[in-house]
Amino acid sequence: MSALVAPRASVAVAKRAGRRRGRRFALHAFLIFMSVLWLLPLLWAAYTSLRPYADTAQDPRGYVSFGGAYNLDNYLNAWNQGELPKYFLNTVIILVPAVILVLFLASMMAFTVSRYSWRFNVGLLMLFTAANLLPPQVIITPLFRIFLALPLPSFLSDNGFFYDQYIGITTIHVAFQLGFCTFVLSNYMKTLPKELNEAAIVDGAGVFTTYWRVILPLTRPALAALATLQVTWIYNDFFWALILMNTPDKYPITSALNNLQGQYFTNNNLIAAGSIIVAIPTLVVFFVLQKQFVSGLTLGSTKG
Amino acid sequence: MTDRGVSSAIPSPPAQAGGLGASVPPRRRGRYSLLSRRDKLTLALMAGIPTLMVVVFILLPTAASIVLSFSTWNGIGGFDRIKWVGLKNYSDLFTLYKPFWPAVSHNLIWLGFFLLVATPLGMFLAVLLDKNIRGTRFYQGALYMPVVLSLALVGFIWQLIYAPEQGLLNNLLGRAEQGNQISWLGNPDINLWAILVEAGWRQVGYVMILYLAGLKGVDPGLREAASIDGAGEIQTFFRVVFPVMRPINIVILVITVIESLRAFDLVFITNKGINGLELLSTLVTNNIIGETSRIGFGSAIAVVLLLVSVGPIIFYLLRSLREEPQ
Repeated sequence: MSALVAPRASVAVAKRAGRRRGRRFALHAFLIFMSVLWLLPLLWAAYTSLRPYADTAQDPRGYVSFGGAYNLDNYLNAWNQGELPKYFLNTVIILVPAVILVLFLASMMAFTVSRYSWRFNVGLLMLFTAANLLPPQVIITPLFRIFLALPLPSFLSDNGFFYDQYIGITTIHVAFQLGFCTFVLSNYMKTLPKELNEAAIVDGAGVFTTYWRVILPLTRPALAALATLQVTWIYNDFFWALILMNTPDKYPITSALNNLQGQYFTNNNLIAAGSIIVAIPTLVVFFVLQKQFVSGLTLGSTKG
Repeated sequence: MTDRGVSSAIPSPPAQAGGLGASVPPRRRGRYSLLSRRDKLTLALMAGIPTLMVVVFILLPTAASIVLSFSTWNGIGGFDRIKWVGLKNYSDLFTLYKPFWPAVSHNLIWLGFFLLVATPLGMFLAVLLDKNIRGTRFYQGALYMPVVLSLALVGFIWQLIYAPEQGLLNNLLGRAEQGNQISWLGNPDINLWAILVEAGWRQVGYVMILYLAGLKGVDPGLREAASIDGAGEIQTFFRVVFPVMRPINIVILVITVIESLRAFDLVFITNKGINGLELLSTLVTNNIIGETSRIGFGSAIAVVLLLVSVGPIIFYLLRSLREEPQ
């Protein structure tokens, strides 16, 4: 009997294993298809950027073809014709102080609302978060007027106002991102034991020392994640400079994309090379700082 | 929230920095005396400066948008040139201004596409990738790469695909020669959908990353229990995992809504938001920049945008602060 049963059982096992293998195959086929589809636009841009204009547009070969020359000429041309160094410098001038300031101010705010009990803690936190969730277009009209009306000393602004100034763009980035950073940092700081504050007081430390020497160093992982995220977001911003800057020469790189379009005409090879150059800093974030970037995103959504 | 930090009572709120030190003690409780007057001043500054920035640059303009929406002002000359016109801007907007209703419907289509296609696809991919399969890092990386790119750049890159003559798509379809081209971004009947594909390209990865992080937090014991009870994978997901993920589901829902209301860059870089690509956000912008700056009218559109954003924002705030772990 058992000799008869055994083969039948093993057939069933084999069938189940076969079905599982089939399912695994389908899963991988689907995922590979999706991944290739998702990589295609960037790969296509990279491929186009390596080919001379003459080999693609003017030649019967066209864009969807192989062969011909491959070189980096488009990159050189995009870099020089598009005056990319100028725009990259503008981005750095706006971005570096913005990221430092927003983390400094948000961590102080988070420190006061998470480590001490104020009557208006929840209200303030709500206002901050709400301010960050608004579409920027809701505030742009009056903001534009405020930027033209608020005076600044001449060492900060060469026309005396926020409008058409690097400092203006930095300021609005800081104000707009404060909500998100405060939200993330205060959730993080709440998880630190409250005995830390007591110990600091016993040691005779003031409030600022407690913040700077005790709490802030422990917040470092969250700060690193947020810094990565903020660098990416501020680098990627298109809107603020578009409205609040009047001189296209002062545009940061992402807002300058609009100008580049005109300068490259309809030379898709140049557009491709320019795109890849502009993408490089964020691709570095993707390849090198992926962990920080993702944990910054998820800190914001899962509340630490 | 209430019992965190060292001293459980600091009577004065940080925003009223002026009246701090002196006018303090209405209610003394806890170890309030541990904080010196200097400490209180420091705390007031630490909270006051960020609050001032948010008030001046975000909340004040929001309020001003509402006020200005009842006026006409071309922005030239001082505030005395503002004329109050009651609800005229709104009635003009709803009845006379041709791009308004198309913009509303485009925003709704955007939202619908995100809610029904992009977000579910991102969640589905996250569920697939949450299992320990070979090559998961590669799959995740490929799908999430677009998330680090700016939307403006996404629009730029996709022109290489959609361009009528030089673009990949028309060349693959054999529609690249003059007279036979499909104008993916120029034809007002299809360009919104072409743009939505671009937007979805980025949104899917974004949702996938957030959802993966949430799935990692689900207690594996729950799944084991479900499978011991004989539940299949699909059943386990919908009956066990999905309900447990409620907080993350809400975050993703809110992000989806907010992102579709914020949509701007992709459309603006493509054609500045005209010809089939009107959105509320581009209408606001197009009414305040350029020679004919219509500040009152632009503000009225901004208020419409504000009113539709306020719903999901309040919903999110109430949820996230009510579920505050104590």
